[in-house]
Amino acid sequence: METPQTTQKKPLFAPIWKTLRMPLLALLAALVVGAVVMVISGDNPLVAYWGLLQGAFGSLEAISRTIRKAIPFIFTGLSVAFAFKAGLFNIGASGQFLMGTICAAAVGVNFEGLPWIIHMPLAILAGILGGALWGGIAGWLKVWKGAHEVISTIMLNYIASLFVSWTVYAGGTQGQQPGPLSDPVAAARAISQTRDVFESARIPPLLPQVFDRVHWGILLAIAVAVLIWWILQKTTLGFEIRTVGENPHAAQYAGIRVGRTMMLSMAIAGGLAGLAGAVETLGLNYKFAPEFTGSVGFEGITIALLGQTHPLGVVLASFLMGSLYGGASKMQFDSGVPGEIIQVVQALVLAFVAAPAIIHEIQRLIFRNRQSAGEEDTPTVHIAPEGGLGGTK
Amino acid sequence: MTQTHSLQKKNSRTGRTALWVGGSAVVFFLIAILVNQTPLKETSLRLFFGRSALNFTLRAAVPLILGALSGILCERSGIVNIGIEGMMLAGAFGAFVVKVATTALPLPLSLFLATLAALAIGGAMAFILAVLSIRYKVNQIISGTVIITLAAGLTTYLFNPDWVSKGKFSNITIPLLVKIPVIGEVLFNNGLLTYLTLLLVVVTQIMLFRSRWGLRTRAIGEHPRAADTMGINVNRMRYINTVIGGMLAGLAGAFLVLEAVGQFKEGMTAGRGFISLAAMIFGNWTPVGAFGAALLFGYTQALQNEFLLAGVTAVPRHFISMLPYVVTIVVVAGFVGRSRPPAAEGQVYESEM
Repeated sequence: METPQTTQKKPLFAPIWKTLRMPLLALLAALVVGAVVMVISGDNPLVAYWGLLQGAFGSLEAISRTIRKAIPFIFTGLSVAFAFKAGLFNIGASGQFLMGTICAAAVGVNFEGLPWIIHMPLAILAGILGGALWGGIAGWLKVWKGAHEVISTIMLNYIASLFVSWTVYAGGTQGQQPGPLSDPVAAARAISQTRDVFESARIPPLLPQVFDRVHWGILLAIAVAVLIWWILQKTTLGFEIRTVGENPHAAQYAGIRVGRTMMLSMAIAGGLAGLAGAVETLGLNYKFAPEFTGSVGFEGITIALLGQTHPLGVVLASFLMGSLYGGASKMQFDSGVPGEIIQVVQALVLAFVAAPAIIHEIQRLIFRNRQSAGEEDTPTVHIAPEGGLGGTK
Repeated sequence: MTQTHSLQKKNSRTGRTALWVGGSAVVFFLIAILVNQTPLKETSLRLFFGRSALNFTLRAAVPLILGALSGILCERSGIVNIGIEGMMLAGAFGAFVVKVATTALPLPLSLFLATLAALAIGGAMAFILAVLSIRYKVNQIISGTVIITLAAGLTTYLFNPDWVSKGKFSNITIPLLVKIPVIGEVLFNNGLLTYLTLLLVVVTQIMLFRSRWGLRTRAIGEHPRAADTMGINVNRMRYINTVIGGMLAGLAGAFLVLEAVGQFKEGMTAGRGFISLAAMIFGNWTPVGAFGAALLFGYTQALQNEFLLAGVTAVPRHFISMLPYVVTIVVVAGFVGRSRPPAAEGQVYESEM
């Protein structure tokens, strides 16, 4: 009677460990290499990492900071992961984020007197639409014009960045007109930013007695992650998207409209990044200024891969990255180690997650006599089909 | 549709690109001579064709040209390189550090060592890209992202704002040639790295289409299996080309620090690596074409500058700055002309032998 129980126990935990093993080893390896870089340049990695840990989890304020950082990461990570599922590479999250930001801000600083129940959802919706439009353009260019989405999204990032800077531009001394969303009061002091969004458009803080400036966006983010998981796994659309991502030719043969699916995937991915912008604006900053572009571009790629492109993995990875970025300032303050070392760690995490073979080689070096287990069944991340940039072939 | 056919087709297209670039340059300079040497100079045409606009164009174009050449070398051999931005930044930082460290040495030697450092660092970053992409078969867009993030993080982490670099490449005037109206003044009064860049365009163009190395590079980018059958070591060629490409991107960084600005600033490449990619595509993966595209993009930056100086405010500068990016999308989407990347670009190659 005892034996079946023990055999049943194993598969309950083994899959979790199997899924988590690679990302965690990648993070560990990245932190170790980051420490080596610090030693070489004369910093003490132990002091630095202790500061990092304190800055990320050491107090309620630190935990709040980690959560605040994780919110946009969840959305942009989902954005990149969602596009991956359709076999597309969304490197344009930062542009879509900005379009979402500015659209949400545009609704937020207008329509005074609307009730909260209408104004805030309307502003969020505007953000989603702004991002979806920007992602959709890239999708349209790919499907009907054969433009590779990596090139077009990079270009769209710059166009978005210039466009939003123009909308809040304070104007110049030589008679340059201020942008349409520029705040006249700030513009008089040559500061480019929007007015504060109205109270009725703001996302309310979550447990303000406990947390510091954490808002309901975190619950929204987790809910959206579940929604994305549901769409991908339980709906016809999700099935079509995954089929197109696995093999567009087979999908075509099976009667799936590949072009429409790709374009829709890009628009949804853009909408998710736009939602990140909307939530940042309405929940945290309450306005937009060009320096709020935030670190949301390439982080989304790292998070999507660290989370193995699974929506719930993305949430976990976002908290991890959120803790790294959240703890960085405290680390810098405590140990004098520049916070940018986190970006180095992030690049290494990305490299190690994308190239699990490196981790295996390290394992083999360390445990020379032991067979490194589970080499074959390591989940390799499914990403966009290999191929070059540029036009149709 | 055999592969040879597409190779030949591409060569004829190269000739046409060269004709286009050359033709528009001639027309442009004729107008420029008119504007600068005749009473026309008082008109607003000076904004578009004045000497300062032309000088600015070339200066802005040099890093883009080098970046685009870097991209061409990698992509023609089948490696997608979106990490040019990172290689450029790392190269700039390397040049800066060595320049500061060798302040005590005579200026020419110090500049020489700093340039070498930029080449080495750019090449090293490219080697990482190549190892990830070839040995570990990482998706090449991701490898490029690793390079960009790594360079941005490392250079900011290691940068010390107290370091100051003194002296940079000064302009060398080429006698006689500089006397040619307008063209001479723009082309033959530049720093050493600018001349080197112009030379590299010609050399790369000839090498790519007229040498054994060039044929092999194009072959492994179009049809690696066939090239392998002919006894070419595909992945070795890819390593070599990518590293040379990285050195060119590093040289672009050296230009920024040692010839244009004179100092290093965090994130100083400011997207030039990505515009280089655009120039490469716009130029249809040929050095001369990319050169023309880089000049065009440099020109939009010059216009923005001229408008600012002249107090022209009708068009917000943001929209002028958008031009290179919009143009690139238009070209990539085939609204105007059609660009065709190397066929095997971005694909991992595994020998069956």
